Amino acid sequence: MAEANGGLVIRPMDQFEVRPLFGGDMVGLFTITNVTLWMALTVVAVSLLMVVGSRGRALVPTRSQSMAELTYSFIYKMVEDVAGRDAVRFFPYIITLFLFVLFANLLGLIPFAFTTTSHIAVTAVLALAVFITVTITGFVVNGAAFLKLFWVDSAPLALRPVLALIELVSYFVRPVSHSIRLAGAMMAGHAVAKVFAGFAGALGVAFVIPVLAVTALYALELLVAVIQAYVFTILTCVYLKDALHPSH
Amino acid sequence: MAEDTGTSAGMPQLDFSTFPNQILWLAVTLIVLYLILSRVALPRIGSVLAERAGTISNDIAAAETYKVQAAEAEAAYHKALEDARSAAAKVVQQARADIQADLDAAIAKADAEIAARSAESEKKIAAIRESADAAVADVARDAAREIVAVFGVIAEAAAVDAAVDQRLKQGAA
Amino acid sequence: MEGDLANMGKYIGVGLTAIGMGGAAIGVGNIAGNFLAGALRNPSAAAGQTAMLFIGIAFAEALGIFSFLVALLLMFAV
Repeated sequence: MAEANGGLVIRPMDQFEVRPLFGGDMVGLFTITNVTLWMALTVVAVSLLMVVGSRGRALVPTRSQSMAELTYSFIYKMVEDVAGRDAVRFFPYIITLFLFVLFANLLGLIPFAFTTTSHIAVTAVLALAVFITVTITGFVVNGAAFLKLFWVDSAPLALRPVLALIELVSYFVRPVSHSIRLAGAMMAGHAVAKVFAGFAGALGVAFVIPVLAVTALYALELLVAVIQAYVFTILTCVYLKDALHPSH
Repeated sequence: MAEDTGTSAGMPQLDFSTFPNQILWLAVTLIVLYLILSRVALPRIGSVLAERAGTISNDIAAAETYKVQAAEAEAAYHKALEDARSAAAKVVQQARADIQADLDAAIAKADAEIAARSAESEKKIAAIRESADAAVADVARDAAREIVAVFGVIAEAAAVDAAVDQRLKQGAA
Repeated sequence: MEGDLANMGKYIGVGLTAIGMGGAAIGVGNIAGNFLAGALRNPSAAAGQTAMLFIGIAFAEALGIFSFLVALLLMFAV
């Protein structure tokens, strides 16, 4: 960033600003912003992998088709293993979440890109969608028996109300931790990268050191981007398992 | 850190004025993504995977039948080989029996011939021996008559002969 | 910045909050180390438990990220 008065001025949070793309300052409901652009690019990237990549329908897959199939069977197996066979009907929903988070994270790592998943608003909507889906599914599948999730039968009777309270609180904290984990991890990595990059600008000849640090950090961020997408998805599967099979 | 934090104070993440915009575009994105995936991509990839699994299991089944066929062919080959071998053995045995029979016949014939010849020869030898005995007796009688004549004794020839024959018989005995 | 007592307190608070991330680091290291120890004892069972490893790391890491978030809030939003 520009150095206004000679001092070291690093603004690590500026990269997360939501700006209108085509002039103006106001961000209204329908304004085309950088959020819109990068979400659209996410859709394009996912379509490139899953639709264009698999268009050959070859019996012996090409490289791109192989990647699409690996992604498909990876998530399918995860849903089947973690949430159970009857959760397979949620597979399209879960793979949509996974691919959106994965590609939003990865596209956000491109220099000068905007990371949509670093915003609490975005991840909170994702996590709330999971929370509402899970809760509704739990009550639809199990009826009132879903409340047994909070009533631990294996515990001593005196402890059960306390445990029920704890379980209830932890149930409602789930969407909070679910969303803040993803947004926080993304935000943290990008902010730290920005701080290091700012050091590189300020250090003159010794810029090599922060650049090396940023390079290492970038590799870590790549790992974190994939792992956070994986964790977001697998936690969705775990919550879904609770909804489908509430007995502990 | 910075003295002035710019237009939007603090964290852009907590600028609530942008939330409706973000949530709207997120909803649009998720719905579009869900439709693309669930209508186009997932059924296609699923069918390709199922087709591949089907092809693989079909190929394995086909390989299984081919294997069974190969085993059958091998068994048939072995059976044919066995048959040929036993037929050959039979032929060899037949030939051997025929040759043996021929041989036996030839040997028997040769034996008979040899027996006939030896019988004939024996007969001849017996005749020769008989004639030789007779000649010896003649010579003995003649010699005895001469000796008797030399001794000046006139003896009846018949008596001499009789004596000689008797001696000969004794010598022969 | 000179004489700004409120700002000083804020930055000290931010620094203290960052210590919380160290706790998360200890937790994540503990989980990964114990997973490795278990995996070396029984390697055949390790493959089935990687999902549990990541879930555990995610839970431990979330708490560190909470402290990071509090630090950010103190620094930029308060």
